[in-house]
Amino acid sequence: MPLLEVGSLTIDYPTSRGAIRAVEDISFSLKKGETLGLAGESGSGKSTLGLSIIRLVPYPGVIVKGHIKIDETDILKLPEDEMRFIRGRKAAYIFQDPMTSLNPVKRIGAHFIELIRTHEPNTGKEEAFERTKTVVKNLGILSERINDYPHQFSGGMRQRIMIGLAIALNPDLVIADEPTTALDVIVQAKILDLLESLRKVYGMALILISHDLSIILERCDKIIIMYAGHMLEYATSIEMHRNPKHPYTQGLLQSIPNIELSDQKLVAIPGSPPDMLNPPKGCRFWPRCSYAKKICRVKEPPLIKVGRNHFVRCFLYGKKGVHVERNRKS
Amino acid sequence: MGLRSYIITRILLTIPTLLLLLSMVFLIMRVLPGDPVALHFEKKATPEQMESMRRALGLDKPLWTQYIEYLGGLVDIGYILEHGYPNLGKSMQTFEEVGGQIFSAFPATLELAFYSMIIASVIGILLGVISSKSYNSILDHLIRGVGTVTYAVPIFFLGIVFQLIFGVYLRWLPTGLRINPVVDPPATITGLYTIDSLLQGNLFKFFESLKALLLPSLTLGIILSGMFVRMTRTNMLETLRLDFVTAAKARGLKESTVTYGYALRNAFLPILTMMGLQFAILLGGAILTETTFSWPGLGRYIVDRINFRDYTAIQGAVVVFGLFVTLVSLVVDILYAYLDPRIRL
Repeated sequence: MPLLEVGSLTIDYPTSRGAIRAVEDISFSLKKGETLGLAGESGSGKSTLGLSIIRLVPYPGVIVKGHIKIDETDILKLPEDEMRFIRGRKAAYIFQDPMTSLNPVKRIGAHFIELIRTHEPNTGKEEAFERTKTVVKNLGILSERINDYPHQFSGGMRQRIMIGLAIALNPDLVIADEPTTALDVIVQAKILDLLESLRKVYGMALILISHDLSIILERCDKIIIMYAGHMLEYATSIEMHRNPKHPYTQGLLQSIPNIELSDQKLVAIPGSPPDMLNPPKGCRFWPRCSYAKKICRVKEPPLIKVGRNHFVRCFLYGKKGVHVERNRKS
Repeated sequence: MGLRSYIITRILLTIPTLLLLLSMVFLIMRVLPGDPVALHFEKKATPEQMESMRRALGLDKPLWTQYIEYLGGLVDIGYILEHGYPNLGKSMQTFEEVGGQIFSAFPATLELAFYSMIIASVIGILLGVISSKSYNSILDHLIRGVGTVTYAVPIFFLGIVFQLIFGVYLRWLPTGLRINPVVDPPATITGLYTIDSLLQGNLFKFFESLKALLLPSLTLGIILSGMFVRMTRTNMLETLRLDFVTAAKARGLKESTVTYGYALRNAFLPILTMMGLQFAILLGGAILTETTFSWPGLGRYIVDRINFRDYTAIQGAVVVFGLFVTLVSLVVDILYAYLDPRIRL
């Protein structure tokens, strides 16, 4: 029984010039304790997809089709006051910018105590306070500092606090939306290590959203490559690394620098992501794809199974299973 | 800098501000057409009578001598210790001490301003929050419309409409004065009738003075609330979009906690600044309200005295208004530091 099951999810942002389809027909599932990476450029719909799992698609976005099941319950059908208990307790969310994610007029400890007592009303103030101290200590922050205000902490420490808030109630699923993008590289690794170790201790499932494919390859069991609201490829990260199928994935992998290759040439994908108000007909990627054929411009490719747990949305892999020559040095 | 030295600095800074204000009023009053001496005599007076009056009021002296003497009176410590207020000179109309007259009229204005501010902020903030939460709905447009209309309505018009409805037709509320004339006002402690009567445990007098306060403070409060509605709505819309509000929702906090504890708590800071600024407008509005409701406050005092070009009385009243506005902005700044931990004075 999967912990999370997303089925043909489609999300629109209505605008005065027509609806923008930010997420189209996305399906995947996640078991307890598994890690899934969502990779894609800005505007590919990965954050919208992440937020839809706790039903907080930003205004004016609407989920027009599909289902999201957490423990077999379709959360899209839940009334708002029941949904509130999913958020924070079953599924927690970590946002991109820790500098703006905490209430500037509230002490750090108050954030925790409020969270604990909202979801577990029988907890006394003292007990919530003690629990907060323990959580904060596990984050590598002195427990006295829970009496400080957010502006007294650095970005890395605030992101630790956000992680602490996410795991405080021991949820089954944590969604981390670009948790390290706003931080410098050294802090990045520390934050990701902290997240990973806490995840292992508590046995939570994790969805890691990032535009940085290298981070995701390193930290996740399974990967979804998103582009302009579509899922272009879905595979385990080992498979994705060894045997990327979609020209877009191949392009992304070629643009990651490898420290062991002295003569590596980084190849950029030409062009830029499409205007979502007028997305290209057929495959969303064809205007930037060097393998584009006639059919790619008129027909949308289906999701094709190319291996065990490996799917790709590309006409290059038809019934005959034609493979693209891999031109990546490795 | 500690809180105490901050307050002391701010209080010291009000001295040049008030001096500038005083100098301007002093000059403007004397440049304006109209002569307090001529206005004092209802019927024609002989030139000799006029001359002796001018001398008695000190108006025969050069302008700068008058100015220095006036300032000298203000800082006369012996006078302050004896009377409890500074020497603001004698009225040019009644020859009474201006300080004493202002001292007895000011509490009426203070009480009116206080209740109006409460009404304006409660109505304004509540409607502003509702408006922002129902963004772009019919309710939102309705509230914004009402806010704009109240802002545009003249105070005396709304006051007269209220007097007609609640005073004349329904006969529920008095249309003027601070307390029913057959009831003795409560003994003076603070000069605010509602507080004095409560301090003396006299509920009857409390309700009588509250009844008299209701229409004027409602009039002034509703007029001011329009600005609060707009300000609250704009700030709430901005704050509701911030990350920490979304993050709070993502933690499953109660809707009311997110709205009030997160969004409003942060949106309130700029509103507080505006509340301080509105106090100046409130005092201007109090002049009109007090005239409409025969409210014996400082606003009506100024209007009465302008007709007689009563220089000393107007100077005194304007300085008290100025002092009050400066003190309110000081209180706002201190509250700001208390409400926003990022600001340390």
